[in-house]
Amino acid sequence: MSDRGGDYSYTTEGPEVAGDRKSGFMGLPALGIADRFAALPLWAKVPIVLALVSFAFYLPFLTILPFAYVRTDLSSGGSDWGGVLFVVVIYMIVAIGLNVVIGLAGLLDLGYIGFYALGAYSVAIFGSPSSPVTKLIAEKFGLSEGWAVPFALCIPIALAIALISGVMLGAPTLRLRGDYLAIVTMGFGEIIRILSRNVDAVTNGPAGIIGVPRPPEPSENYFSSIESAHWYWLALAVLILLMFMTRRLEDSRVGRGWLAIREDEDAAAVMGVNAFKFKLWAFAIGAALGAIAGLLFASKQAYVEPTGFALNLSFLFVAMVVIGGSGNMVGVMLGAFLITYLPERFREFQDWRPFAFGVAMVLVMVLRPQGLVPSRRRAKEFEDRKHEAEEAAADV
Amino acid sequence: MSEQTLESGAHVAGSSGDALLVVDDVTLRFGGVVALNEVAFEIRRGEILGLIGPNGAGKTTCFNVMTGVYTPTSGEIRFDGDRVSGVKPHRINAMGIARTFQNIRLFPEMTAMENVMVGADARHKTSVMGTLFRLYRVKAKEHELPDNPLKRSLAKVFGISRHTLEERAGRQKSMEMLRFVGIADRAHELARNLPYGYQRRLEIARALATEPKLLCLDEPAAGFNPAEKADLMNLIRKIRDKGQTVLLIEHDMKLVMGVTDRLVVLEFGQKIAEGLPEEVARNPKVIAAYLGEPDDAAQA
Repeated sequence: MSDRGGDYSYTTEGPEVAGDRKSGFMGLPALGIADRFAALPLWAKVPIVLALVSFAFYLPFLTILPFAYVRTDLSSGGSDWGGVLFVVVIYMIVAIGLNVVIGLAGLLDLGYIGFYALGAYSVAIFGSPSSPVTKLIAEKFGLSEGWAVPFALCIPIALAIALISGVMLGAPTLRLRGDYLAIVTMGFGEIIRILSRNVDAVTNGPAGIIGVPRPPEPSENYFSSIESAHWYWLALAVLILLMFMTRRLEDSRVGRGWLAIREDEDAAAVMGVNAFKFKLWAFAIGAALGAIAGLLFASKQAYVEPTGFALNLSFLFVAMVVIGGSGNMVGVMLGAFLITYLPERFREFQDWRPFAFGVAMVLVMVLRPQGLVPSRRRAKEFEDRKHEAEEAAADV
Repeated sequence: MSEQTLESGAHVAGSSGDALLVVDDVTLRFGGVVALNEVAFEIRRGEILGLIGPNGAGKTTCFNVMTGVYTPTSGEIRFDGDRVSGVKPHRINAMGIARTFQNIRLFPEMTAMENVMVGADARHKTSVMGTLFRLYRVKAKEHELPDNPLKRSLAKVFGISRHTLEERAGRQKSMEMLRFVGIADRAHELARNLPYGYQRRLEIARALATEPKLLCLDEPAAGFNPAEKADLMNLIRKIRDKGQTVLLIEHDMKLVMGVTDRLVVLEFGQKIAEGLPEEVARNPKVIAAYLGEPDDAAQA
């Protein structure tokens, strides 16, 4: 056996562990797209990606038939198309963030809405001239009426608050596993919502905070709330940046550490993975992504109030990740898209929404338990289990 | 003893013979049960030490104490002069102890290559910020520069990020390890899909990738046929010849006799014999406790 390996030359050139990817999706011929794309040469990849991105940026103005049927504002009661696109992208950011926590590190977080709310509230509390906190600061230091922290500074503040709260939530609770962690994180989501309703001195209570600042504008009212297309473009740019960053993490020592923890935490620790540190990082990064989404959302709404962060949104976020394909970035983005877009597109059937959602959920779980676009690993796992079940059935 | 180690190969050159790991009168109690009772022995640098004993003798418990899973009730374990007890598992790995598991514990949904890379990552430093922003640059050596002329000149000016270098080194090392244990042909298959023998060897490759001073193998030949066992013995010798110290827990007496330099025998949590394999095999206590035990046949 010792001399068997001699024939196998292995090159370390190339940007990816290409072979790893190539062996993926085996047994799932319908999902060969990712493989085929990965196999393309660079000169083919770049134009495809560019075309996709420019198409995404063009979407708000899509009027060519028959493609224009995807728009949500065709009937009089329809939703603003740009606004729907914006929310879709916001939830895609959420799904990517939650995917780091659930899909990669394997930590079931049911309180993700808490981080989303933290992001929204931090930009409101520090950036709005009418929030109790900025008023107090202005009074204390004799600053002019209407003073507030500029938007650009609110971003690092929101990120810092999210990271710190992620670590604060994680440090004591990450010793818990599985269901126990899920319950504690769910409690966290509720705590944030209840705090936002009751700590009037900071959050202005149920009345909420108006005047959430907008990003720096190239022209007057460029980012006013009705300019949904502009907001969509901004969110899309942020999404692309975050996708790039998250992908970097996935294909690195950190990503492998997360997977190892998800697979077998004790074995990972024995192999030198600092499980606690990596789990904390997963929590913190998830928190930061959630906060960015919340920040953008609050900034577009120009208004935050506690009822916008109810616990059931947390479950919706988890549903996006699970339906799309836990562990696969493209999958969870598809999940986010479907769950956000479909109800808006088919508003005429609004009364049927919970029913349709339930049926769709059951169908996906029965037909594709690994998610619509599963990660190659999950796909194999479920397929193997099926084989095992069949073999077991054949034995009887 | 020194004669024995001298005979057993080139590895003895240099500092062989001094104690790498010392088990110092270790007692471990679970409530009223005494799992280990004042066990004392040492593992010497560069040797293959076999830890044997009948089922329930405390072999795996002893192993778990050594790798930090349990903290001894009294006594202590010293590795290279440092206390092991109470140290976190990943720190113990950093000290230079790596192990495999009696019931295989790979990362099933990762490829063989990725499994080994997790091991190789243990010696790397790049963490989240280093991966995200890649600001930690290292001056590139000539052979590390990329071929693409544009990238090449960029790398010359800005250096190469530590992340990139570590990834590359990790892949190289992992592939080397897979070749070393002889399973490189299926490097890109999911660990769960590998045949049993490959999984066992993959565990060894993963442990080796962490560059341990001491490699602890917990019944690595369980479930192997004689030919596979012979292969494994060769592999263990090769590991020792590379300069690593090996602790081997094993049921199979033939395997143990053929490959180990010294043996420690446990029974009911106590050390009943220690010495060269031939001596131990002749020891009447050992024969009574282990070799002559009728239920031994049942375990095999």
